[in-house]
Amino acid sequence: MSTIAVAQRPPVWRRLVGFNLLTGCLLGIGGWYVGWFAAHGIVGPSIAYFADVDYNELSVFMAYTCGVLGFLIGLGFFNYPFARLRGYPPSLRVKEGEGVGRYFGLCTDHKVVGIQYLVGIGFFFFIGGLNAMLIRIELLRPDHQVWPAGTYLTIVGVHGTMMMGMFTSGLLGPFGNYFVPILIGARRMAFPRIEALTFWLLMAGGVILETTIFFGGFPTGWTGYAPLNVQSNPGMDCYILFFALVGISMTLLGLNMIATIVTMRAPGLTWTRLPIFVWGVLTTSVLMVLAAPVLIATLAMAMLDRTAQTSFFVAAGGGSAYLYQNLFWVFGHPEVYILALPGFAIVLEILPVFARKPLWGYRLAVAGLLGVTLLSFFVWQHHLFVSGINADLRPFYMLSTELISIPTGITFICGMMTLWRGRIRYSVPMLFCLAWFFNFLIGGLSGVFLSDVPSDVTTHGSFFSMAHFHYTVMGGLVFTFFAAIYYWLPKMTGLELNERLGKIHFWTMFISFNSTFGPLFAVGFLGQPRRVVTYPHNLQFLNVWVSVSAFVLGLSLLLFLYNFVRSLVFVRVPAPTDPWGSKSIEWQLPSPVPVHNFDRIPVFSTDPYGYGETPTSVAVPAGAPAGRD
Amino acid sequence: MGPTVSKLLVVLAAAAAAGVLIGLYVSKLTTDAGSPSYTLPVRSVAGHPVVDLTVETVAAVGPSLSPGHPDWVSYLVRDTQGKWRRSTVWRLPANATVHMTIYNFDGASGLRNPLYARPQGVDGNIMIVDGKPLKVMPPDDASHTFAVAQYGLVVPIAPVPDAAKNPCDYAPCALTSAHRTIQFTFHTGAKGHYRWQCLVPCAAGWLYGFGGPMQTIGYMDGFLDVV
Amino acid sequence: MSTVTATEPNHAKRVIVAWVVLSAIATPLVALFAGPAFPPGNASAQGAQQVSDNTWMVAVLTPIICLLVVFFAYALTQFRHTGGELVDGPPLRNDNRIQVLWLVASAVVVLFFAGFGTYELLQNGSGGGQGPSPIAVPGGTKLPVQVIAQQWEFTYRYPTYGGLETSELFLPADTTIEFHVTSLDAIHSFWAFELGIKADANPGVDNVAFLETKGPRTFHIHCAELCGLWHGYMFSTGHIVPESQFTAWVKQQQQNFAPVAKYLPPYAKTYYPDPQRRAG
Repeated sequence: MSTIAVAQRPPVWRRLVGFNLLTGCLLGIGGWYVGWFAAHGIVGPSIAYFADVDYNELSVFMAYTCGVLGFLIGLGFFNYPFARLRGYPPSLRVKEGEGVGRYFGLCTDHKVVGIQYLVGIGFFFFIGGLNAMLIRIELLRPDHQVWPAGTYLTIVGVHGTMMMGMFTSGLLGPFGNYFVPILIGARRMAFPRIEALTFWLLMAGGVILETTIFFGGFPTGWTGYAPLNVQSNPGMDCYILFFALVGISMTLLGLNMIATIVTMRAPGLTWTRLPIFVWGVLTTSVLMVLAAPVLIATLAMAMLDRTAQTSFFVAAGGGSAYLYQNLFWVFGHPEVYILALPGFAIVLEILPVFARKPLWGYRLAVAGLLGVTLLSFFVWQHHLFVSGINADLRPFYMLSTELISIPTGITFICGMMTLWRGRIRYSVPMLFCLAWFFNFLIGGLSGVFLSDVPSDVTTHGSFFSMAHFHYTVMGGLVFTFFAAIYYWLPKMTGLELNERLGKIHFWTMFISFNSTFGPLFAVGFLGQPRRVVTYPHNLQFLNVWVSVSAFVLGLSLLLFLYNFVRSLVFVRVPAPTDPWGSKSIEWQLPSPVPVHNFDRIPVFSTDPYGYGETPTSVAVPAGAPAGRD
Repeated sequence: MGPTVSKLLVVLAAAAAAGVLIGLYVSKLTTDAGSPSYTLPVRSVAGHPVVDLTVETVAAVGPSLSPGHPDWVSYLVRDTQGKWRRSTVWRLPANATVHMTIYNFDGASGLRNPLYARPQGVDGNIMIVDGKPLKVMPPDDASHTFAVAQYGLVVPIAPVPDAAKNPCDYAPCALTSAHRTIQFTFHTGAKGHYRWQCLVPCAAGWLYGFGGPMQTIGYMDGFLDVV
Repeated sequence: MSTVTATEPNHAKRVIVAWVVLSAIATPLVALFAGPAFPPGNASAQGAQQVSDNTWMVAVLTPIICLLVVFFAYALTQFRHTGGELVDGPPLRNDNRIQVLWLVASAVVVLFFAGFGTYELLQNGSGGGQGPSPIAVPGGTKLPVQVIAQQWEFTYRYPTYGGLETSELFLPADTTIEFHVTSLDAIHSFWAFELGIKADANPGVDNVAFLETKGPRTFHIHCAELCGLWHGYMFSTGHIVPESQFTAWVKQQQQNFAPVAKYLPPYAKTYYPDPQRRAG
């Protein structure tokens, strides 16, 4: 009967009461039903149009909107505004000192949010991957029906939407939130509550997207083209709500990052000393802030088309299907660079550490990131080359699309010259970075075919383009995602990941990834359109090959999961403070990083890439003069 | 050993929970939005397989047959006991002659493309409507069509007039209600999986009439499973 | 600026020599053997042009691929560091010559691709949909053929034969075809794979694409834009036949078409079905 321990640690049930995930879920479900019945009460009997169908779109939208609101109330997002209204002082920290409980609710510590993001996005990544496996099961046979045709389209749509939506924050969420404040010598993000909000909005969105299967799914794929989205089942509403929440989350995340990086850098951290990863986060954030609101507006119009019978996108009602395509890709093309840019930055951030050389051409690399950011807003109509819109602008979009390979090539030359005459160590993060060069080379060069109008006529909308963007997104983003995990997880958790299992994971993933998506270029060139449930019999061998490779790819990811759980839960080998010998500031802090990051705000006198140069300390204590090199 | 065992239990419990969730998800996907398959009885005429396929088209499938979507328009197939089943995946023998009879209990909707106002891909390109042979019908009167794209088969379905005395509100509809009878004969080819659909935008409440039952197998879409 | 120490071999020279040799061998092989094997093949002038376009591109890309292959093969083997202790490499932070060279080279390649693609595109439209007012129009007389997409069938109208509409696509050989692609509902895409033609079918839009057919053959038609439930089944077979056979086919189809002809709307560039018409 150790009364002291009992007094210090309240019983479990007591700890579950309060503003946390459990309360959030309960209020979310409650809110869902409130919205559902309220909408039925409002419109059900009164508008004849809705009277003859068994559910109406408005009730789906209202149910989920109220559900999300309840979820946020339960998590405690409204406590702070109310506290301010009642006269409490600003900047109330939430949950920062607590134990495990801080991971299950609103927490204003950027490091907790980073780990929440890592686990949350990882969870939905595996769900998206499960859907990919289901797709490949169907395509084992040319016309075999494992899934009914409509269900197959739903699986394709959920896979694409989940991956594209969740992974917009795939690197900025976990690693941006965790490391940007540390790398710029700050103790927190500019808006810690908004930071937490972006995460929980994304999680709510992920759950909403999965519930589409209870409303008949949606047949449109991740692009959600009108007017097909207007005539779809209410499952389409889940797509709209998911992407709208992702859009809101992205906008807020981007704003928060920009504000943090612009205003909160430590003394001496000039723009040319900023780690390249922070530049990558900054440029990505600019894309997010400018592109995501277009998506939100587009989806609002789609929602009105579905509920209020407007006809923004309905040709026969005076609208245009082109409007949706244009608006979607005005968001959508910057979006694929939102996925790619953090990958570029991670590669350039990690290479110097393992090549033991400074980042080559720092200013050029930054110019490359900025160039991609700028150009990505001027290329979107290459998705519409054969759609019949603006035929006379096709040469312009062909040029602008191909121009973007110049700033992309800059990333290549900077990375390659960093390797040049280095002292390269093949640790697991380095292997994933090197794989990026291989994958992105194939992804980029296949993009040249898609950007060239004559060639695009054949490749557009085929498995070729599908293979292309899997090489850029999975080969470019997911590989760097794993590079970042293997690189930074020892700092985030203070524990080592098993190196041997990591290498096995890398090689199985790298080989099966290429074995999966390489043949799909051929499948596309041989005439298999995207998102089909049947295909010609002569393509069966290639499709079976791809499916089997995809299953191995899935297994390699399970191997990672095994390594992750084994190293972090069971074996628990403490990681040294600086296992890679990096000169960057996060590795000078203890692992895991203390709640307030720095006892004293550091002063920077150089960039973090001074390998082989006269040793200068990265950060000197506050009060010392900020030197210039 | 204590902490390791309890950790192991937690991890196993999490894995089991994930497995259950995945199982529920996959089973929801497999059971939803599909249609049970119905094998049609085959008789032999001079060594040649012959099938009598009798279906009905109803304006609303009714709560007893489809509790989820009682007001969806649907095809139903008649089994050997004379009961109407909710199945649109029909198993037929290869190279067989199929005598198809459609009882239609639904009103006019109108074809989107008037080309389909004449029967095609059936014997003599002719359909028998209420006992009378017809080569074409007014496209705006079409209630539904039965169309098998890979056979080049299209048959428009005549409507029940709006002023009919005792319309059938929802399925199952008995032949005592107002209905039209459409008969024609076609031939199944090689083995395979042939999709069939309706080409009339007949789904109420969806823009263009091509949502809901028109995009869900088991209502206005299905397969000829030729074995 | 890098200064090569006495003990260090001249890495750059080795890489460049290996690259030049490999490119000199690989590029002609790729251009001569891999290039012509590219789809869609030579069944039409547009398809043949896409093959030559692909051949050019892959030939120009081969030296780039060779450069990266040689570079990484060399760097990853020669600069590998084994042993426990951390050793720093030379602190090379920049080299303006390499930067300028790389930027100029990539700009030249990019501008070549854009210029060459534009030139090819303007020749005959490359088989892509060009919208209602095409900018690249092949010369000579053309046979207009309208492709009407709906969920989930393609039908074809021949305005020169009295608005004849058919469910099957027949085209005369050695003729320039002017496709007018439109849709009655969602977005579809008319893709005749072997002919190298693809044009989206948008509701309310007349999307024009040109095709110069060659000898008789059959080809596959597939919808290439996700259009709902039966998208994966929206395929059929088309035929290119000699002129005389085409005329006979048209005659036969006109008889077949006669009973339904009076119900069809007159030939138009687009058709607007009533969006609110639904079952009563």
